[in-house]
Amino acid sequence: MAIEIEKSIVGLSKIANSNTHGEDSPYFSGWKAYDEDPFDELHNPCGVIQMGLAENQVSFDLVEEYLGKNGEAINYGSSGFSSFKENALFQDYHGLFNFRKAMANFMEKIRGGRAKFNPDRVVITAGATAANELLTFILADPGDALLVPTPYYPGFDRDLRWRTGVKIIPIHCESSNNFQVTPQALELAYEEANSKKIKVRGILITNPSNPLGATIQRSNLEEILDFAVRKNIHLVSDEIYSGSAFCSSEFVSIAEVLDSRKYVDSERVHIVYSLSKDLGLPGFRVGTIYSFNDLVVTTARRMSSFTLISSQTQHLLAHMLSDDDFTGNYIKTNRDRLKRRYEMIVDGLKRSGIECLKGNAGLFCWMNLSQLLEKPTMECELKLWNKILCEVKLNISPGSSCHCSEPGWFRVCFANMSEQTLEIALKRLHNFMQKRTKDSYAVE
Amino acid sequence: MKMLSEKATCNSHGQDSSYFLGWQEYEKNPYDEIQNPKGIIQMGLAENQLSFDLLESWLAQNPDAAGFKRNGESIFRELALFQDYHGLPAFKNAMTKFMSEIRGNKVSFDSNKLVLTAGATSANETLMFCLADQGDAFLLPTPYYPGFDRDLKWRTGAEIVPIHCESSNGFRITKSALEEAYLDAKKRNLRVKGVLVTNPSNPLGTTLSRKELELLLTFVDAKGIHLISDEIYSGTVFNSPSFISVMEVLIEKNYMKTDVWERVHIVYSLSKDLGLPGFRIGAIYSNDEMVVSAATKMSSFGLVSSQTQYLLSCMLSDKKFTKKYLSENQKRLKKRHAMIVKGLQNAGINCLESNAGLFCWVDMRHLLSSNTFDAEMDLWKKIVYDVGLNISPGSSCHCSEPGWFRACFANMSEDTLNLAMRRIKDFVKSTDTNTINEISHQNQQQTNANSKKKAFSMWVFRLSFNDRQRER
Repeated sequence: MAIEIEKSIVGLSKIANSNTHGEDSPYFSGWKAYDEDPFDELHNPCGVIQMGLAENQVSFDLVEEYLGKNGEAINYGSSGFSSFKENALFQDYHGLFNFRKAMANFMEKIRGGRAKFNPDRVVITAGATAANELLTFILADPGDALLVPTPYYPGFDRDLRWRTGVKIIPIHCESSNNFQVTPQALELAYEEANSKKIKVRGILITNPSNPLGATIQRSNLEEILDFAVRKNIHLVSDEIYSGSAFCSSEFVSIAEVLDSRKYVDSERVHIVYSLSKDLGLPGFRVGTIYSFNDLVVTTARRMSSFTLISSQTQHLLAHMLSDDDFTGNYIKTNRDRLKRRYEMIVDGLKRSGIECLKGNAGLFCWMNLSQLLEKPTMECELKLWNKILCEVKLNISPGSSCHCSEPGWFRVCFANMSEQTLEIALKRLHNFMQKRTKDSYAVE
Repeated sequence: MKMLSEKATCNSHGQDSSYFLGWQEYEKNPYDEIQNPKGIIQMGLAENQLSFDLLESWLAQNPDAAGFKRNGESIFRELALFQDYHGLPAFKNAMTKFMSEIRGNKVSFDSNKLVLTAGATSANETLMFCLADQGDAFLLPTPYYPGFDRDLKWRTGAEIVPIHCESSNGFRITKSALEEAYLDAKKRNLRVKGVLVTNPSNPLGTTLSRKELELLLTFVDAKGIHLISDEIYSGTVFNSPSFISVMEVLIEKNYMKTDVWERVHIVYSLSKDLGLPGFRIGAIYSNDEMVVSAATKMSSFGLVSSQTQYLLSCMLSDKKFTKKYLSENQKRLKKRHAMIVKGLQNAGINCLESNAGLFCWVDMRHLLSSNTFDAEMDLWKKIVYDVGLNISPGSSCHCSEPGWFRACFANMSEDTLNLAMRRIKDFVKSTDTNTINEISHQNQQQTNANSKKKAFSMWVFRLSFNDRQRER
């Protein structure tokens, strides 16, 4: 009698089957509601206003003006930059030298010349999403952990963990000190890892912070760096919002701290940058890793093979970012416009009785609605969020999706819409708050 | 505590020593018609430089495509903000139609099943992440593209088990080779998740026969595993037999209603057919919804620039252009191929008969001092240093027989190719086996001293612009 062997069919990998991509969270259902009923000034004035998208749309005119006057950035042949053929063939993972030089210059300008960047340390990646994942692959093994201060960008759960198998251990920050990272919080997080027998490989900070919309103070950066040195771990500083600090001098880059220490301990420090926020070009996929560690630079460069920037795009940006007139004007004007937007929203919210964390950077504010919660729980926060989504028709991001340890905080974006739309959003919130005051004794 | 991860400090990025040497030598002494006529000619780079004039003239006639304009109106903002990992619909439509056109419209593709990635390098790695767990294996016919060692294994932790192919039957895939590879994997305690083939093959330059495709499908059906068909050279087929896509055979053999249908995945790219490797345009095509879904999310780590998606959507939607391009490009490749084959024949060297790709698989077994890989290395070094040609040794492609080399022909001018042919003819004329032996013995001693130093410096990770991304 023949033995029947059942054919087992191989399915997909564990990674493919896991949900560490994080797209099942309520954060993404807000998107869905927006997609199904998007606000449009003319065609759908009662639709959902998208305030969950950290895009910078306030300074496009400057970029468009530049492109209008500088055809060779998108065409080829003239003025000393490469021909089409040369550009189309260029797939060297070092990246176009002119592009790296321009990026290094741009990063220096953003920091008011207070830090210097060497083009040879710039590694190109298709966006900061890729940069963060890549660095995680290099700095940590599966099962190891990175410490990340809360609240943090929800995308990190996917970017740092999904394919790398690395864990995130939160550094809990509290409103009582404006969510700043304290040495105690750092120690606690480190101890938590130890108790679970998890090896900590590094700290990842976002400066200016998403979602707080605030820069990290110099003294704080020093403490964090000291901690990394004491524990002999890495420090990744995601500075993708550095050009969105409203006032240049208020942003202190980790590079400046290293400079003042004459680069002692710098081989554990790595900076992530991108043009998605400061320049409003998320579609172009322009990210970089800047590392002070030679081995990391070499390895990152090799790994960037999986995520290079289109040479067509490198060519365009090499032109644009080498133009000092353009960059000088852009950086200043962009800061001013973002500051104005920020003041508009914060004032508007204040008039509605809503406070925000004092912010000085970014494309969003960190709004405090904890007083509206029945109970200080995540469930109540999500209920409130859903109410704001469905009744007020605003898609904002609940603090729980950012792993905030205190319920009631929300991230509200203000740079991805026109001023008129922002006014409408503020009005809607105002009405909502007025109604609540009237109903304040009603049971939910 | 050690500072970097295992992945960072292992050498699975595969910057193979022999390859490295060839590149290094080329970079130190690159051929230039005017500035350096005695320099090393790069024949290790599978680039398609034959048809740029067609692309450039199209660009000149269609300035809106690179100018962020649609019907004269600026869509700059729309494109600058477009980071949806589902990809630009117009571009995906154009890509799938282009892929159909390459297959003589015998197959049609659904753009919803297409996932865009930053190059085929990214596509292959992404598919591995989707289909294989750490330690799982994929079977690959040898010889294969050296980059696979990095792309498929480095960050995924997957393994490659070779399906040994031999010159005795033109390196065709056989049933016994497949079974043997499967057993090999089992002996190594590796779970086999699938087979990956490159069709047309790199480095062979041949298209898979219908028989081989049917064999592969029968095999993956029986084993219940996946089949990845890397078809990035599909547009470079210049001679008969014409290209047969695995999709065609799936339909012909009535696999559509079976579970095999969902286990076949195609990788494509515009780096070879269109000669645009810098633009990082790759794609995964799969009939499995879950693969499409997972791969789409993973593509966040390597999206195609929206600026580039738009340019190519315009170009590939121009049916007049694609028709003209495909046919003219193939004509030119055919001519070049004939040139190199003839040139090598003049030097008493044969190539595997091939009908596709940007390279030839050259048989130099008769020039080896002995039938060993050491002798192959000696010969290769001689060709790099003395003849001044950087070609790729078969061992770097995991060929099981020494003496085969891959020589590219589409990345240089006709004059340069002629010069390369002259050089090799002179080399063959001036040496015989005895002399080769003698010289190679001397060189070996020199090389032993040099290679120790080089090996050390290679693994000291200084910032160096001498290491380069390996090309196909």
